[in-house]
Amino acid sequence: MPKTMFDKIWEQHEVSPGLIYIDLHLVHEVTSPQAFDGLRLADRKVRRPDKTLATADHNTPTDGTMAARLIADQLSRVQVETLERNCEEFGVPIYSLGSDRQGIVHVIGPELGVTQPGMTIVCGDSHTSTHGAFGALAFGIGTSEVEHVLATQCLVQKRPKTMRINYGGELRHGVTPKDLILATIGRLGTGGMTGYAVEYAGPAIEALTMPGRMTICNMTIEGGGRAGMIAPDETTFEWVRGRPAAPGDFEAAMARWRELPTDPDASFDTEVEVDASGISPMVTWGTNPGQVVEVTDRVPDPAALETPADREAAERALAYMGLQAGTPMTEIAPERVFIGSCTNSRIEDLREAAAIVEGRRVAGGVSAMVVPGSQQVKKAAEEEGLDEVFKSAGFDWRVAGCSMCLGMNPDTLAEGERCASTSNRNFEGRQGKGGRTHLVSPKMAAAAAVEGHFVDIRDWS
Amino acid sequence: MRPIDVIEGKASVLDRADVDTDQIIPKQFLKRVERTGFGEFLFYDWIRDGEIELEPNPILVTGANFGCGSSREHAPWALEDFGFQAILAPSFADIFYSNCTKIGLLPAILDEEHCRAVAEAGEARIDLDDETVNCAAGVFQFQIEHEVKHRLLNGLDEIGITLENGGAIDKFEAEPAAALGPVTTSL
Repeated sequence: MPKTMFDKIWEQHEVSPGLIYIDLHLVHEVTSPQAFDGLRLADRKVRRPDKTLATADHNTPTDGTMAARLIADQLSRVQVETLERNCEEFGVPIYSLGSDRQGIVHVIGPELGVTQPGMTIVCGDSHTSTHGAFGALAFGIGTSEVEHVLATQCLVQKRPKTMRINYGGELRHGVTPKDLILATIGRLGTGGMTGYAVEYAGPAIEALTMPGRMTICNMTIEGGGRAGMIAPDETTFEWVRGRPAAPGDFEAAMARWRELPTDPDASFDTEVEVDASGISPMVTWGTNPGQVVEVTDRVPDPAALETPADREAAERALAYMGLQAGTPMTEIAPERVFIGSCTNSRIEDLREAAAIVEGRRVAGGVSAMVVPGSQQVKKAAEEEGLDEVFKSAGFDWRVAGCSMCLGMNPDTLAEGERCASTSNRNFEGRQGKGGRTHLVSPKMAAAAAVEGHFVDIRDWS
Repeated sequence: MRPIDVIEGKASVLDRADVDTDQIIPKQFLKRVERTGFGEFLFYDWIRDGEIELEPNPILVTGANFGCGSSREHAPWALEDFGFQAILAPSFADIFYSNCTKIGLLPAILDEEHCRAVAEAGEARIDLDDETVNCAAGVFQFQIEHEVKHRLLNGLDEIGITLENGGAIDKFEAEPAAALGPVTTSL
């Protein structure tokens, strides 16, 4: 019987019905301390430290603080130090502050090559879906489940339904994977993928680089999807080849990986067709990622929405965002710009943004920052001189971490500040209490920094 | 985990859809390394800004896609610590739903129309075994996954159950395919 890629990976990992074996467990400081406590209380060990990897990212300052003990915020310091202590006690490898491999957990996994096709990967973080870009089954879990995986290397899971989104055509000039996924969520809604493992397919997906594919899978959770996946191909193999954790017998690994893609006649519970060539640069206007329009559109009028609940939600969102219905999106003027996060902080993202700002200046009254996703990304960018491009344009060049994506560290928005952000969530208060987030691609964020308002990157020069 | 049988009492109402976990427990409270004491920070900004009022009742009735966004289990911890024992909603986000079931907070999927009826009635009696919500407006059937119901009814520790299955895990790990993945300890 023909199978989907999801079916194949699921079935290869079923220890017993509903119990799935986990090949890689990524751990960070925020969702793990209570799980390690649980192990201690029950006198349990970490079953497979060799399939577990930790880093510190959510709480870490991006100012170059080089050790956990030097973190100024006391609660953050305790949380990172607790992670370091737990990892030492249970034998879990960790790249903490000060390590040249430290970074956002979803950036360092692929960077080290521990993210590989066909694997099951979990982490106590909803953006674990990122790793699905390699043809892995990867999803976020809660702290009780983190404890479960630490203790058993397995997870009790209900088999999700399967959805395939086929992207025909190709992305037009200036349109990026970020726009593709924002447009998709805008169409399906923030709960549209709930209960599904989603496979992104079609020519527009096959044409993408690995960072682009990661951006798309990363935001699957913003549509409610449990996991996002993309079939592994030569692009995937070339990314993994030569990385520190790449398989020793690479030819044999590739032969296995070539068996993973969905069989031609396999069926999905739901299929969706999207014309990629019809997608434009996108900007969110509201307080969830589904509240998004094309940059050439205007802020929607709540009165035009179908249901009373939608109208009310839109009115509340506009009030929070301080926006008037009917305002052209290009007239919206952010005073902060954030380029970073597990969605868009890889070297390609920084190259794209740097190409926009090169030889230009950040507009007056705008404060802009670039936060590389990992120490390795930072190093690579500096070797290429991207840091100089950003700095001479007036950007603040920071050190790796989650930074202003979620404001658990000193990088936050002040009340009422408006931000063009390459991150993944525009929820109320996400980047700082009262902060107003507009999600965009790195190119769009960079151009907004230069112009002082959103522009249509396609006709901007 | 405490077994759940019947949950009875007043219902608090949060009439919004797509409530995300950043609202349920804002990020500044995720820095604590303990598992308890999150109740006082529940809906911190919304409550302090006077946007919503919420009484600590046994039941919370709310809108669709409740708990979307971040996987933080701190959200169910805060709801439970605040006093809620059951949440009634037309739908839940996947990770949030799963997190609730791990700590004995009942996420019951109930039609929107019936959620409204319970909200109006102001109190209800939830019978997990029967999968019913009984209120002044009538008796409504709710949905719950079979496995989850079994675990909640019996207050079972999921890790304990899995470890009883340890032989199957050993066997899985002994297969050649299980040895193929990356080894994080030798990087």
